[in-house]
Amino acid sequence: MSWACLLLPQLALDGVLRRRPPSDEPLVLVSGPAQARIVHAANASARAAGLYRGQRLAAAQALLSQFTMVEHDAEEEARWHRLLAAWAYRYSGEVGLFAHAVVLQVSRSLNLFGPWPRFEALLRADLKELGFRHRIALAPTAQAAYVLAGVHDGMAVMTPDALRHALSPIPVARARLPAEAAQGLSAMGIRALGQLFALPRAGLQRRFGSGLVMQIDRLLGDEPAPMESYRPPDTFEQRMEWTHEIEQVEALVFPLRRLTGDLSAYLAGRDGGVQRFELELEHRSGPPTHVTVGMLTAGRDAALLFDCARGRLERLVLPQAVVAMRLVARDLPPFVPAGRDLFDTRPAHAVPLDQLRERLRARLGEASIQHLRRTVDPRPEFAQTTTTGVAAVGVAALPRPTWLLETPQPLRGPAPTILAGPERIETGWWDGGDMRRDYYVVRTAQGQCAWVFCAPGEQGGWMLHGWFA
Amino acid sequence: MGQLLALDALLDARQVWQGRGASLPGSTQSTGWPALDAALPIGGWPEHALTEILLPADGIGELQLVLPTLARLTQAARSVMVIAPPYLPYAPGWEARGVVMAWVDIVQADERDVLWAAEQCLRSGSCAAVLAWPLQADDRALRRLQVAADTGKALAFVFRDHRHAVQASPAALRLELESEPSLRVQVRKCRGGHPPARAVPLAAGWS
Repeated sequence: MSWACLLLPQLALDGVLRRRPPSDEPLVLVSGPAQARIVHAANASARAAGLYRGQRLAAAQALLSQFTMVEHDAEEEARWHRLLAAWAYRYSGEVGLFAHAVVLQVSRSLNLFGPWPRFEALLRADLKELGFRHRIALAPTAQAAYVLAGVHDGMAVMTPDALRHALSPIPVARARLPAEAAQGLSAMGIRALGQLFALPRAGLQRRFGSGLVMQIDRLLGDEPAPMESYRPPDTFEQRMEWTHEIEQVEALVFPLRRLTGDLSAYLAGRDGGVQRFELELEHRSGPPTHVTVGMLTAGRDAALLFDCARGRLERLVLPQAVVAMRLVARDLPPFVPAGRDLFDTRPAHAVPLDQLRERLRARLGEASIQHLRRTVDPRPEFAQTTTTGVAAVGVAALPRPTWLLETPQPLRGPAPTILAGPERIETGWWDGGDMRRDYYVVRTAQGQCAWVFCAPGEQGGWMLHGWFA
Repeated sequence: MGQLLALDALLDARQVWQGRGASLPGSTQSTGWPALDAALPIGGWPEHALTEILLPADGIGELQLVLPTLARLTQAARSVMVIAPPYLPYAPGWEARGVVMAWVDIVQADERDVLWAAEQCLRSGSCAAVLAWPLQADDRALRRLQVAADTGKALAFVFRDHRHAVQASPAALRLELESEPSLRVQVRKCRGGHPPARAVPLAAGWS
């Protein structure tokens, strides 16, 4: 068995940073009671100025006069954690959540995603795209991967023998052992894990209880570690909140790209697609604005989702400034990827047809794209439909125009020359839409070929119904 | 010695005037009308370029001109976009001329969005041909379509009233339809040679 551990050292900070446009301004997360505020996390430029985690806020303000403060929200951090678990679920069926880390069982995934170095690069590229700093390690047990990720980024240990060797130099304080045991061990002069492994088990059990021995066994894989596997939820819901108010629709584009990117990552994990989702724009007061995004077929490509949502959003007139945005997707149908021909002649950078249709629909309206299908009805008005279904087979033997007027109009101008006809269409008794007409092909004075009809047997009072264009 | 350039490539770029017309690579997009193919210097539609079709009136035979091409493309499972047609395309008539309607997307767009939609479709690279009926299109708008057609490697057809014939146009091919005394097509401008002086007759739309 192989376990990969993705350690997320700055989960809370990355969660805050990814919802704002990239910038170099110092930013810190603060937590703690109002009297004793402390720095929970600081970004790179704030750290460069000397701020660090656990510092008193007053001390931080003395060091640096200008920085953005954001309240740390533990619940939001947990939400990001779950999102990453949903993303990791696409790579492995067994995903577990550790504090600040996601572990996944990868022995079977390696068959699918290639050898570990390639798989690791894949994970890193995804995490970078999602905007989370990370450290990755691979080990035969989940617990060991968790420990190694904390010490060496990018370490990969394949066999249990090598694992013992790799763990030996790691300091006891960083081996994620129970806190009181770690303290006791260092007081006994046991500094590295190698020394700990060499100690007799019975003595350790008497001295520290069974907890430590069990932890060592799990670390080395001598005893299986029980773990609750992550199961992705059936609906997707993500919310983003800002400290300032957004008044322009254009400014919503950046957070929207993040939200749709997260949705896409989640859907890829579930191997599902989405056909409808809702954007909820929250205002300072009053009810939120809802924007429903519907698509022709289920999709999950991040660019497609973003394009669709952006098109809908751009047509919106904001009644008030927006303080938060929520994306909710409840209906998640299975996703069938579109096949592409091996010998496709289209250019490689082509926008897929589905994406093009969605883009047009987003701007021109939901019903702007139609496909026409011939029906078996002989009446010209009902001979084609835009609804989906099976098209009639066979080709009409009688002359039929290429343009049709939606409602027939009187034919103006001098009397036309009759080229062909009459063709009597007399039918429609079954649904009350009876008609009795003689159709002719005529040539107008302007030289157009027209499809006209008149009352049976009359040859006058022409009604224009189509053009043989 | 700087860079070696093939002489053919320089000549094909047609930046050097040679007195006699350099022969252009022939078109692989036949119009489906042998007489018209013969009259055009490259023997078909200009590939990846804009074709402007000028009409004296709607319904004169403009579809007749392009339907053989649409039939050929849709039968090869290539997508065709019809943007803002003046009337409803009538499926029985189109199918009788060999067009597979499943590959034809009809896009309803209002006046302002026709050019935008046409450009999106052309640029996407997933459509084989785009037919558009813009009511207002100036030189700049047509040039954008020409560039988009080149980017997306598609055939672009724009249908306009024949009163626009006096305006200059960036289209690679300009055809004007005439209905008197019978349906004919006059080449107003074409890439790669002088437009033929004589009009090319077309069969009428209903036969």
